[in-house]
Amino acid sequence: MSVISIKEVSKIYNPDKIPVKAVDKVDLEIEKGEFTAIVGPSGSGKSTFLNIVGGLDNPSSGAVVIDGVDISTFKESALIDFRLNNIGFVFQSYNLIPVLSSLENVEFIMLMQKIPKEQRHARAIELLKEVGLEKHLDRKPSELSGGQQQRVAVARALASRPKFILADEPTANLDSHSTENLMGMMADINKKEEATFLFATHDQRVIDKARRVVTLEDGRIVKDEKR
Amino acid sequence: MYFTLAWRNIWRNKRRTFITVGSISFAVFIAVVMQSMQKGSYARMVDTAVSFYTGYIQVHKDGYWEEKILDNIMPLDEGQISQIEGVDHVKLVFPRLESFALASKEMNSKGVVVLGIDPDKENQLTNLKSKIAHGQYLQPNDDGALISEGLAEYLELGVGDTLVLIGQGYHGVNAAGKFLVQGVLDIPSPEMNSGTVYLPLQRAQWFYGAEGLISGYVIDVQEQNMVPGVTAELQTLFDSEIYEVMDWPTMLPDLVQSIELDYVSGLVMLIILYFIISFGILGTFIMMTNERSYEFGVMTAIGTQKLRLVLIMFLEILMLAALSVVVGSLLAMPLVLYFNANPIVMTGETANMYEKFGVEPIIPFAKDPMIFIHHAAVVFIVSVLLSVYPVVSILNLKIIKALKS
Repeated sequence: MSVISIKEVSKIYNPDKIPVKAVDKVDLEIEKGEFTAIVGPSGSGKSTFLNIVGGLDNPSSGAVVIDGVDISTFKESALIDFRLNNIGFVFQSYNLIPVLSSLENVEFIMLMQKIPKEQRHARAIELLKEVGLEKHLDRKPSELSGGQQQRVAVARALASRPKFILADEPTANLDSHSTENLMGMMADINKKEEATFLFATHDQRVIDKARRVVTLEDGRIVKDEKR
Repeated sequence: MYFTLAWRNIWRNKRRTFITVGSISFAVFIAVVMQSMQKGSYARMVDTAVSFYTGYIQVHKDGYWEEKILDNIMPLDEGQISQIEGVDHVKLVFPRLESFALASKEMNSKGVVVLGIDPDKENQLTNLKSKIAHGQYLQPNDDGALISEGLAEYLELGVGDTLVLIGQGYHGVNAAGKFLVQGVLDIPSPEMNSGTVYLPLQRAQWFYGAEGLISGYVIDVQEQNMVPGVTAELQTLFDSEIYEVMDWPTMLPDLVQSIELDYVSGLVMLIILYFIISFGILGTFIMMTNERSYEFGVMTAIGTQKLRLVLIMFLEILMLAALSVVVGSLLAMPLVLYFNANPIVMTGETANMYEKFGVEPIIPFAKDPMIFIHHAAVVFIVSVLLSVYPVVSILNLKIIKALKS
């Protein structure tokens, strides 16, 4: 069974005035363990599509089925809980909580999942080791480089043991070296833990690492290439 | 972790936090100092008024205070005095007989208040002895009288002269007597100074044909704040169908009213102060909310329920308020304690005016912990009310819009 099943999803802005179709009847199936890049020019609907897949936005029509659950009709509060327990997010600007240390940022997600303190502490340390930041557990985001912050963000995304991880332009603010490191690390996690990754990106270095590339144009899938 | 997060969040912008805490603390400081001064001076006014004449509590026959006539007086009962003395925090109890008479000398006459007193005990409360301008203070078995200076001037009486009193005694008998003026009193109250005569209790009872009878008991207590408790206990001791137990606010409604009036004017000033400070607090809350709308968007995106964000923001607000209250109170406390122990001494004309009315020209500060608690409560209530803005903003947060902000 697919982890993500998108069925005839459309998103229309201003439906009553001047309708703008950001996503137009898209169908997509993502299997467990995929490492997929969504690509396309600016305005192609990548971000809107990712927001809908991630449960940040509701589609105007169609169904978004995650691990067998249709979330397209969920109310806000239910969606928040669903995201917490099923989807990991990695954002372009890292978006760590600035006043918490690396360890606390990773633990925070598990705190909301009501995981006991000892367990979440141990898992946060384990994840930060996995992303190579075991020496920076107590550092605040402002004391880390961009690449290191993005690694913490990946560890945070993995902390809740999600069904898949959504990464929106994860390397946009990173230099080549950091991009190489981050993508290598995510690819390793993808293989080792069979974690499913879905990226929206312009970055060719990310596209090169992807095993499947879905191209969007004008809100429609124009190409779906498996490697 | 929510506490940690909230505490660290308020120090993200140290300058803003210092300014906010500073402004709220300033309001608390001003409010506490102002009210301590007000309440201290009120307590002083009450002490003065009470020790001048009424005492803190009086017990009479029911209806006496409403209609102060000799038919409403009651028997002096040593057993009742012992009972009253046995009540906790009672400092002093003594009987008094009070009525009216016409005082005259040769062709002049004037209506006067006649007070039959226990000279020693009366002096302990009212310090009457110190008000002797000429002559000598009364002894319990003396036959003479003390008269106020205004009366002495009006009737052209001096020490050693004879004062004639005529009036109506108990149950309508005629009351008439001649009394040697033993001393002249300089009473600060103009009203009392114009026509008051003090007689030893037994002489007054003889004059009015009211042997063994008194108007009531005058009671002094250890501390002003003990009055309600002592009054309540006395009310259980005296049958309310026969006796009335009255505390000073009931006996001195004009004083209560003038204190309330002054208190309200002070309160208006404080409300204006808090109103101005509230705008500052609101400004901080708006900034705290708006500058973090992207962060709130991210936190909601990764699975933080909005109510949790509200909780974190609310904790931040409570911490800011608590910090401000603590700082403001700590700043005010030494000042209040210092001026409680060393009251402000008034000088010049104000001092003269106070002294003329028998009030020591000082303003002591009240060190009542309730003043601090009240203002802490006000700051908390204001903060909670103003927190409606961040709460509503967070609850109405649109994730996509916030993530694009």
